[in-house]
Amino acid sequence: MNNGLVPLSQLANDEEGILSELRGGAGFVSRLATLGFTPGTPLTMVQNYGHGPVIVRVRDARIALGRSEASKIWVRKGGEHDRADS
Amino acid sequence: MTGPIRERANAAAHSSSPSILNLSVRPLTVALAGQPNVGKSTIFNMLTGMNQHVGNWPGKTVEQKTGQFTVGETVVHLVDLPGTYSLTANSEEERIAREYIIRERPDVVVAVVNAAILERSLYLLAELLALPSPVVVALNMLDVAEQEGVRVEPAVLAAALGIPVVPMSAARAQGVRELVQTVVALARGEIDYRPNVPSIRDDHRAILEQIQRTIQDDVPEPYPPAWVAIKLLEGDGQVTHMMQVALSPARWQAVHDLLRRHEDAILDVAGARYEWIGRMVRAALVRPRAGQVTVTERLDRIATHPLWGMVLLLGVLGVVFWLTYALGTPLQEWLDVYLVHGVAAWLSVLLSAAPGWLRNLLVDGVFAGAGLMITFLPILTIFFLALAVLEDTGYMARGAYVMDRFMHLIGLHGKSFMPLCLGFGCNVPAVMGSRIIESPRARLLTILLAPLVPCTARMSVIAILAPIFFGDSALWVTWGLLGLSMFALVSLGILLNRAVLRGEQVAFIMELPLYHVPNGRTIAISVWQNLVAFLKKAGTIILAMSVVIWGLSTYPGPGIENSVLGRLGRALEPLGRLMGLEWPLLVALLTSFVAKENTVATLGIIYGTGERVGALAHVLTGVLTPAAALAFLSTQVLFIPCVATVAAIRQESGSWKWTMASVGILLVISILTGILIYQGARLLGVGI
Repeated sequence: MNNGLVPLSQLANDEEGILSELRGGAGFVSRLATLGFTPGTPLTMVQNYGHGPVIVRVRDARIALGRSEASKIWVRKGGEHDRADS
Repeated sequence: MTGPIRERANAAAHSSSPSILNLSVRPLTVALAGQPNVGKSTIFNMLTGMNQHVGNWPGKTVEQKTGQFTVGETVVHLVDLPGTYSLTANSEEERIAREYIIRERPDVVVAVVNAAILERSLYLLAELLALPSPVVVALNMLDVAEQEGVRVEPAVLAAALGIPVVPMSAARAQGVRELVQTVVALARGEIDYRPNVPSIRDDHRAILEQIQRTIQDDVPEPYPPAWVAIKLLEGDGQVTHMMQVALSPARWQAVHDLLRRHEDAILDVAGARYEWIGRMVRAALVRPRAGQVTVTERLDRIATHPLWGMVLLLGVLGVVFWLTYALGTPLQEWLDVYLVHGVAAWLSVLLSAAPGWLRNLLVDGVFAGAGLMITFLPILTIFFLALAVLEDTGYMARGAYVMDRFMHLIGLHGKSFMPLCLGFGCNVPAVMGSRIIESPRARLLTILLAPLVPCTARMSVIAILAPIFFGDSALWVTWGLLGLSMFALVSLGILLNRAVLRGEQVAFIMELPLYHVPNGRTIAISVWQNLVAFLKKAGTIILAMSVVIWGLSTYPGPGIENSVLGRLGRALEPLGRLMGLEWPLLVALLTSFVAKENTVATLGIIYGTGERVGALAHVLTGVLTPAAALAFLSTQVLFIPCVATVAAIRQESGSWKWTMASVGILLVISILTGILIYQGARLLGVGI
């Protein structure tokens, strides 16, 4: 459906993903790109309780995102190591 | 011109010219740039101490800090640029920072970066290197990096970047002197400066060159054409508009067509900058082993937990309020009794020879206003101190995160929670605390909602009056009034958010900074500046208004009942009757504008009972039915904020229009509520 992509909001705690797409307006994309959310960047979900905002680790920084923001960020599940193995 | 005079003039020219030409004495202008949470203000405070000036950027509501220090004989003007993640025109702060560097061309720009979040904080450097001023990297927070298990080699990083890198832990006063020496040496051209500048990816290089060729001749001074070209490619709104005006329609069309075909270029441009950063830090950065649990992670397991985080937040607020009541309130009373009343009595004696009106003006008008400000200081100090410590340690963002889902209901961010909560102590720091909110729209909404949080002064009036009217049920009435305030706050929030401040819902994207030990000096300076700002800006308004209110409640007299205010109260009696209130109660509401505590005192004066609460209680129960009493208390708790809060609203919103709007909104809400309660009770036939 989405070529194996899932919204960031679906990653569980400690799960990793590689950023693939930002599906939002120009302002949203620009702000996130600045913060290091560029395609190919590994992300780690730090906290996701299934509701409310989430915390993500990107390039050593912790960023809190509203749930709707997190659902506009599409990732391929798995970390860099998984990709190297396959 | 006669000979001797010319000679003297020549001599003067000679003696002054060497100092003008001598480079070591030429004053330097240095700009401090950095992302949020990199310790920029700590460095600024370390360098300038108390020798700083806080104002606003010309024509903006963004705070501008400038300061000065000397190195040997060189005077250095330091300008603190707003903390920004990038230099793309996403926010007012970013526009201010880049316009300053491009237009004012500081001799050196210091890029402060956080060693613990090296890659991300170097993003701003990647943008700064595209601008004309030479850059020094202040590699700050090495202590925090160590705590998080991150190691950075400054010399290796400097070699890769081709620009000076100064290792620092500013909060521990380490590296400050080295930074100053490096800045001055770079400004004098004593340092080899060959920056390695980021370049764009191959797939967009041809387009970028094409854009640059097309716009080359038309870029307004002093913007660098290469920089303008890349900002166009990034889709920067401000630069796009500037070039649309500057270019001929045909050329603009050509550029526009190119840009239309590459609308996603921002991701490529940002990606290329991060690739460049990756190359720069590769040899210099050692990350913690995978699976190593850092200090921040351990603390966040509690601080950001949906349940424990909330418990911790309540505990933190509990401590702040405990400090307020244990220290602030007694100090406030002490100042009121001994300092304010003492000096007032002494002034009266001193002025006993002066005409009565002058004595009253000075003692009851001017000095009462000044005294009011002084009594605010202990509580404000405690609140500003708490805000500064919570912000500087990194906890504030956690509190905001935990509260975000609730604040969203009224169109606010989690960040609005802390200031609003302080409002329970006093509305003034609630309004002033809204500064920590970045989005101007959320800041304004917070300022408008803050007066609906019932402060201690308002609750103290209820604490005195509710038992008089309601006896044993007073506690329930008090809780009910508290609930009423919260209901009004949430309703107004939803209404303002939907109807008035419409516009895009600002996305919740917030960095959670790494925890660190706060810097005492930065906190002390922050508290000091907030207090001075309150006294200077809000103080003049408070003083003026308290003199005006004094005049209105004194003249033509005799007594408040025959004053302008008393007459106004009588004229408004028809309105009062809708709420079941006699005119003295309306006058009491009006005088509560100076300070909420005045409500009870005014009633005592008009009903001639003085400060004897028992006698007042007897009179009040005679003139007010329970329904009218409830209407009065409800109106009182929602009524226009006190003069100090109004002054703070003016100071923080920077607009009389919004200040008046705030007063008007609260006036309407409070009176309507009073009428609704009284008329509702009459319809139901209860409490009349």
